[in-house]
Amino acid sequence: MKVRYRALHPFDKEAEERHIQEDHGLHPYDEYLKPGRIPHIWCPGCGLGIVVTAFIEAMKQKNVPVAQSAVVSGIGCTGRVAGYLDMDTYHTTHGRAIPFATGLALVRQDLIVTVFSGDGDLFAIGGNHLIHAARRNVNLKVICVNNFNYGMTGGQVAPTTPIDARTSTTPFGNAEPSFNLPHLAHAAGAVYVARWTTYHARQLVHSISQAFDKKGFTFVEVVAPCPTGFGRPNKLGSGLDEMRHYREVCEVRNGADPSEVEIRLREKIIVGTFVDVERPDFMEHYQSLVVARAQAKAKSKGKGKAA
Amino acid sequence: MAEKDLLTGEHFIHGDAACAEGGIAAGCRFFAGYPITPATEVAERMAARLPQVGGIFIQMEDEIASMAAILGASWGGVKSMTSTSGPGFSLMMENVGLGMMTETPCVVVDIQRAGPSTGLPTLVGQADVMQARWGSHGDYGCIALAPSSPQECFDYTVLAFNYSEIYRQPVFVLADEVVGHTTEKVVIPRREDLRIVARAEPQAPAHDYLPFDSAGPLPAPMAIAGAGYRVHVTGLTHDERGYPVITDVVQERNVRHLVDKIRKNADKIIRAEQIHLDDAEVVVVAYGCTARVARQAVEDLRRRGHRAGLLRLITLWPFPSQIVRRLATTVKAFIVPEINYGQMAYEVERTAGGGVEIVLMPLMGGSIHTPEEIEEAVGEYL
Amino acid sequence: MRFWRLPLDAEHHSIPRGEVHIIDNRCKGCGFCVEFCPNGCLRESKRFNVKGYHPPEMVYGAEEDCGDCGLCSLICPEFAIYTQLKEAKKITEDDIQKVTTRYSRKDRRYAKKR
Repeated sequence: MKVRYRALHPFDKEAEERHIQEDHGLHPYDEYLKPGRIPHIWCPGCGLGIVVTAFIEAMKQKNVPVAQSAVVSGIGCTGRVAGYLDMDTYHTTHGRAIPFATGLALVRQDLIVTVFSGDGDLFAIGGNHLIHAARRNVNLKVICVNNFNYGMTGGQVAPTTPIDARTSTTPFGNAEPSFNLPHLAHAAGAVYVARWTTYHARQLVHSISQAFDKKGFTFVEVVAPCPTGFGRPNKLGSGLDEMRHYREVCEVRNGADPSEVEIRLREKIIVGTFVDVERPDFMEHYQSLVVARAQAKAKSKGKGKAA
Repeated sequence: MAEKDLLTGEHFIHGDAACAEGGIAAGCRFFAGYPITPATEVAERMAARLPQVGGIFIQMEDEIASMAAILGASWGGVKSMTSTSGPGFSLMMENVGLGMMTETPCVVVDIQRAGPSTGLPTLVGQADVMQARWGSHGDYGCIALAPSSPQECFDYTVLAFNYSEIYRQPVFVLADEVVGHTTEKVVIPRREDLRIVARAEPQAPAHDYLPFDSAGPLPAPMAIAGAGYRVHVTGLTHDERGYPVITDVVQERNVRHLVDKIRKNADKIIRAEQIHLDDAEVVVVAYGCTARVARQAVEDLRRRGHRAGLLRLITLWPFPSQIVRRLATTVKAFIVPEINYGQMAYEVERTAGGGVEIVLMPLMGGSIHTPEEIEEAVGEYL
Repeated sequence: MRFWRLPLDAEHHSIPRGEVHIIDNRCKGCGFCVEFCPNGCLRESKRFNVKGYHPPEMVYGAEEDCGDCGLCSLICPEFAIYTQLKEAKKITEDDIQKVTTRYSRKDRRYAKKR
């Protein structure tokens, strides 16, 4: 058939680069941010920017080279993190950040692969992938930003929404109990599990930098305010009000039993580093159990043939 | 170790194993998969062979994860593949779309069984033809190769890897259960006789490099992770730099590039075997295991002096429409035997243009056509 | 209470003096920096930026109070504020006196938070 296209506007690199805001480079963190991508899309009062800042600060403190870093994220508000960081970043499909990152981390052990995603992405649609990656102990740094709801789609109930909380799909209150993320990650086999809120920015930087030092599957949960999606229906006020709330109710309890750190609406939030253990990661086992034997077998077979 | 990656010589192996050997010969060093009859043997062969050649085999938690993992590995700079059958192929579709949108080379081997749903897990089907073409939402160009024998399973898996590197997208090998489980002689060629397309590396300096350039007929070379290009790869509509841009103008450019890179290069991609077509009055159009039966039927008819021909499709997608259109002016009828309720037949009918009879010989799956059936159908038009 | 002398290791330490930089047009007015600045150096300004928000500004008279702790830049979700070390001041007896009153009720910053 004949095709009549609408006129195409070719890509004009120069014009696009003129679009890059003049203020790029004004902030010291800008060297870690893709030129022309700030301002980001997140709402005023959203805690996601703080988590990105903490990640950058941890990279700076640990001298993690940008060239050796890759960030993989899924879908949703947190999924957009990848698009702002100036490194090799992958914005994948909903829930599939972890398997994508698994493929990347296994073939490139020289890279530090961080998975940045939200609670819905990692624990609802991607829940299966998370527990299996933790079980395998794939060398991934997972940062889960927990805002208790699906923010990007307008505040729907998530597996982390506390019981009785209101969201746009639980207008009379949530009838389901929520996941206790650190407990789940720990039970699945993560070697490092921590939880902080965006109010605990310094501790968060410390936790992320500790995770950089670990080999294996690390999990850092960051409780973040979502004034638009979660704060409004639950009358939690602005992002600032939620941050004040964290200041008042959070209790730092390092080494706490992860089974006892469940979050309930308007109640105490227990934060801290809960788990820090050593366990061989996937590639270590694969090399010692599989590759060594396979190559020994291949050699002995080769000898047999020659003889 | 080096010699282990190419088992040059004659082998007596089945089609599934030949797919795995083809992948390894083409340079595949990462396989993520999930067991499914009748494609499990591909994974089993890979599990045994990849550790010998310095590759990684991983059995993921499902097909969704398998497809995502091979995309990740591909961005890590390693050629990667997975294998599955109908139900798993359906699960992979979301990330096939991601692979298309992010222009990620990889190969998906689909050993088709009879559906829908769980269907006949152990028996043959060919009903994933349209799923391969249109399975993921949105528009993109598609390359799917249909082997008819274990030898072709090897050859076309290698070819699929080459196409995936040239056109930077997932490429499908659509075998079927009969081909996958047929054990025959497979000749693995010497290294110098094997054409392998290596992953192209970008040469441009970082500030000039456009990872998703849409200006040329072929995609830009791919900047893998850690290459210093700091590429943002997204499933969102993106401009040539990879930045997400949510506008119709960029969508037009982005998607047209995905479709056009196959449409405009179709002549270079399309492969079809034309048997006795010069003077044919009736042409059988077949692929996969059905093409072997059809060939028997056509040869039998020729021996008896009838002017029958066979168009054996190797690339199901892109479809060789020019050949069909040319034949449509001279032949009386196209006979299309396939193990589905008519998928390629529609494509033949569409391109033939109404002036010629199209006869669909569908089987719902579980068995293959007999040469006699096809001879009978052809005979009606001779 | 008064300290009667400088600490013996005062020479090895210094008091950082920071300079706050605010990129007005990036601000979305969340108020985190204003709320959490440990020295109470910031307040919401009356100005509007291009987005229509009120960016923060230094509290009048607090220019010397910024200790370059960097919390504002860490807690700002918009990459709109950061601090830079202006000078590392030598410790004097006056400073020691200030520290002792910092968290007492007399302190202006402490009173504000209450």
